[in-house]
Amino acid sequence: MSAVMTSAASPGPAVEMDRIWRLLGSVMDPEIPVLSLVDLGVVRDVIATDTELEVVITPTYSGCPAMRVMEEGIVKQLHDNGYEHVQVKRVLSPPWTTDWITAEGHRKLLEYGIVPPAGAAGSKRGLWDEESGLRCPRCESERTCCVSDFGSTPCKALYRCEDCLEPFEYFKCL
Amino acid sequence: MSVTDANPVYDYVLGLGDNSLVLGQRLSEWCGHGPVLEEDIGLTNIALDLIGQARLLFSYAGELGGEGRTEDELAFLRDSCDFRNLLLVEQPNRDFGYTIARQFFFDAYNLALFERLCDSSDRRLAEIAAKSVKEITYHLRHSSRWMIRLGDGTDESHLRIQQALDNLWMYTGELFESDAVLEEVVTNGVGVAPETLRPVWNERVDEVLREATLQRPDDQWMTSGGRSGQHTEHLGYLLAEMQFLQRAYPGAAW
Repeated sequence: MSAVMTSAASPGPAVEMDRIWRLLGSVMDPEIPVLSLVDLGVVRDVIATDTELEVVITPTYSGCPAMRVMEEGIVKQLHDNGYEHVQVKRVLSPPWTTDWITAEGHRKLLEYGIVPPAGAAGSKRGLWDEESGLRCPRCESERTCCVSDFGSTPCKALYRCEDCLEPFEYFKCL
Repeated sequence: MSVTDANPVYDYVLGLGDNSLVLGQRLSEWCGHGPVLEEDIGLTNIALDLIGQARLLFSYAGELGGEGRTEDELAFLRDSCDFRNLLLVEQPNRDFGYTIARQFFFDAYNLALFERLCDSSDRRLAEIAAKSVKEITYHLRHSSRWMIRLGDGTDESHLRIQQALDNLWMYTGELFESDAVLEEVVTNGVGVAPETLRPVWNERVDEVLREATLQRPDDQWMTSGGRSGQHTEHLGYLLAEMQFLQRAYPGAAW
């Protein structure tokens, strides 16, 4: 493990690193296919040595079944673009938080019909906390209510709009 | 492999993983059988979190054990006497109220425990705890709300959740018991002394029961033995189903 490109002074490696991050930015989350792994904050670091690329990722939820597919997506994308030796390393610490979803990620989620996390994750730890006043992504009404804390994937909760009566998903704070 | 392995940290981490795996397996039995679609999804989401946490703990235990055991080997190739989980988590689902009461007792305990484990002297365990504690917070929120809805619901739901509470109470004493493994991991700052979790647990349980208009059962005779591998008959049946494939076709892979 030597010659880490990120800290190199010459413009070459920096340009190269930009390209790698752009490639990673086009690997989509398998369950929310409008969000890239970079938007989601799952890709934590890229370390380049003389011989290989190491992509450091962190799981959203402990049991998230999409992790394996994400790893394969990363390796395939980099392989297809000329990086032969790619290692994906999983780290747990610091634990993933919805605070890492980028502003671009928030915008894409809402456009897709999923309400992005409201507020900072650390402020939502109370036993009785529940998001109220979430705006319906379809009719923008604020008369909405939580149907279930658990949705179609571990990261989402189910809500319903009391005005247009449509159900919608909320990306809950973690 | 015996439960009195030479490395107490291994035994401790394995026991934590066993709690998560066994309860995760129990909850997954609800898949396709939930009383309403939202709960079918909710319970199996919680199962998924627990199995994910079990994988993290088993992977670490495998490294600590020194025999190069994988998470799968630890999950699928041990007999019930080698499992260190609490008796509470292996109790059958019975009805939805029973499942919720079991989950509530465990979540209140598990959240208190994992909050403390975030400060474990064992860095890896502290990292796993910091990850898990966020998920367990949602679990406790979910089971607490259902305790209240069922307790403060109809006459029938009140009766059934109170019965579940009364019947499961005898398994809650074990949560706060210690043994040789625990004493050792507490001494070196890796683990948490179970009896120190009791005040937090009591406070949460009493708060929710009050809100739910439920009676806290009187302390009675408490059963135990899970941590030393003496389980109720229910664990054997659970393992028989969960381990079937690896027992019938050793080493089978996808």
